[in-house]
Amino acid sequence: MNYAASAHPDITAELPGWRATALFALLLAGLFGLFGRGVYLQVMHDDFLQEKGNARYSRVIEVVAHRGMISDRNGIPLAVSTPVESVWASPADVEIDSRQLKQLAQILGLGVTELKSRLSDTSRDFVYLKRQLPPDQAAKVVSLNLPGVSLQREYRRYYPAGEVAAQALGFTGLDDNGQEGLEFALQERLAGKSGSQRVIKDRRGRIVEDAGNLRAPKPGSDIALSLDSNVQHLAYRELESAVRQHKAKAGAVVVLDAKSGEVLALANYPAYNPNNRGKAGNQAMRNRAVIDLFEPGSTMKPFTVATAIEQGKVHPETVINTEHGVLTIGNKKIRDTHPESMLTVAQIIQKSSNVGAAKIALSLEAQTLWQSLADSGFGAQTGSNFPGEAAGRLRDARTWRPIEQATLSYGHGMSVNLLQLARAYTVFANSGELKPISLLKLDAPATGRKVFSDATAHALRDMLELVAQPGGTAPLAQVAGYRVAGKTGTAHKLENGRYIDRYVASFAGFAPVSNPRLIVAVMIDEPDNGQYYGGLVAAPVFSKVTEAALHALNVPNDAPLDNVIAPPEEIIKEEV
Amino acid sequence: MWRSGGSALNALLLAAVVICALSVVTSQHKARKLYIELQKQKEQAQQMDVEWGQLQLEQSTWATPARVEKIAAQQLQMQLPGSGQVQFIRVEPDGHIDKQP
Repeated sequence: MNYAASAHPDITAELPGWRATALFALLLAGLFGLFGRGVYLQVMHDDFLQEKGNARYSRVIEVVAHRGMISDRNGIPLAVSTPVESVWASPADVEIDSRQLKQLAQILGLGVTELKSRLSDTSRDFVYLKRQLPPDQAAKVVSLNLPGVSLQREYRRYYPAGEVAAQALGFTGLDDNGQEGLEFALQERLAGKSGSQRVIKDRRGRIVEDAGNLRAPKPGSDIALSLDSNVQHLAYRELESAVRQHKAKAGAVVVLDAKSGEVLALANYPAYNPNNRGKAGNQAMRNRAVIDLFEPGSTMKPFTVATAIEQGKVHPETVINTEHGVLTIGNKKIRDTHPESMLTVAQIIQKSSNVGAAKIALSLEAQTLWQSLADSGFGAQTGSNFPGEAAGRLRDARTWRPIEQATLSYGHGMSVNLLQLARAYTVFANSGELKPISLLKLDAPATGRKVFSDATAHALRDMLELVAQPGGTAPLAQVAGYRVAGKTGTAHKLENGRYIDRYVASFAGFAPVSNPRLIVAVMIDEPDNGQYYGGLVAAPVFSKVTEAALHALNVPNDAPLDNVIAPPEEIIKEEV
Repeated sequence: MWRSGGSALNALLLAAVVICALSVVTSQHKARKLYIELQKQKEQAQQMDVEWGQLQLEQSTWATPARVEKIAAQQLQMQLPGSGQVQFIRVEPDGHIDKQP
């Protein structure tokens, strides 16, 4: 049918040939266009489309891995991570009336106005309302059924031992990463690495297929420390009562296993509750036993004497002229407040004579004395790997003047931390062997380095036992049923380079003497209740901690139970 | 070239293909169902793991030496034995009992 002709009979029916050609070309172009688009979508834009398609059903989900547990040497948990819920909101989506607002504020423990202000910032998509809520409170938030308010699962760290081991363990931040103490030092091993996984979900949001791990989750490893929570508790309890009794500023106690060098207790006071840090100050958080330095005072004398015995300069029975308590070196005077004219080497240790120790030190070559102190671990870190551990100061022997060499013999002009001091005493408890320190539980005792010969170590052991007997500076260190040995220390504190009339009282010792099992070191900072001598302030703490710990560890007696001899009225005060 | 036996074989193969296709579908379905089950079990295992951690925490909190000591001393009126009241009995490896001191 000729449509054009019927509309207008006068016009010729012939159409120009180009119209058909043009139409054909147009259709052909359309065909090519479609074909080209097809190629583009199928071949060139394939990845993008495939991805979009996958996005309809496949999801990447996070697989959380929790932080490892820290336990003591007997498997008792000291730090455990457990899931808690954090409440967050997307302010733009929140629909809440004033009654619900009040309820929510009450559950979260926030002020109504504060909550309102957090919810009013609609420019943000994500606002935490409250982090780390216990599960029962989180359930209440869910039951309010508020649009725009959601929960997020997080982990929170709990410390069952509370303040007793607070500074040793340290703590983690809100994101469960270690920030202080062992939590920080062991971060690498404790932290879990969360993984991710591609999965296929069905219409109802159930996971129906595992489409491959992108990253496998790696839960943190559990770590057993060398601490014994029982001994730790005993040490903390006695330390706390001593610091309070003597109105001291602070104190610390270290208990070592004498055979293996493992740290059984590391107690500090003042302390804080790691489960609710609140506004715990810097002072309470310090692990004084490891990061604070002090001048050790007379607790150093045994090392000077041991070096002299090792070098063959003296024997325990050698008599030294103690010059009636005054020794002049250059223009300085070293004094004993209980002047004696003659003392044996053993009595110098027992009565803690400064003049005697100084004379023994001066009979040695500076380099020899330095080497022996350095070999005993002074002036270097203990290898405990505790963050912020202080190395202490032991100056190079070449810079020593005679007066410095003399004062060094009784622990002035150098500094140590308590852990270092306790470790150094392993040489006397272990026949001259210095044990490495470990804060982690060891499977087999570590072997140490020989510093003194067996004979020297045993001679010192006998002398140190005299200290804890009437006639010594620390009869209050005696323990019923056990032989104990140790040395007192009392030192002026340094302030701006000058000695002031405030003191650090210390005691380091071991028990039982016949076969040492424990080394206990006590440090009381600024006792301020009339007494400040190590023998009066620190030695009783040593005695109580040692007795309780030996009982707790089932160590058999090595002395009759009535071995404690009442100390004389006036206990010999050591020199300061 | 088609032979007379050929079309029968083809029909057979076609049937086989269809059956295979259907069994792929059903086994895929079964696999998904089992996977959902597995997920549920895993979730339950994780839940139990969490609960175990919480129970452990609870146990150690109740059993801290400080708390035990306080209850023993205050509620139960107990006290530490004095040094004369403790006796150690050592059992030698051969079964011989050695009282000391």
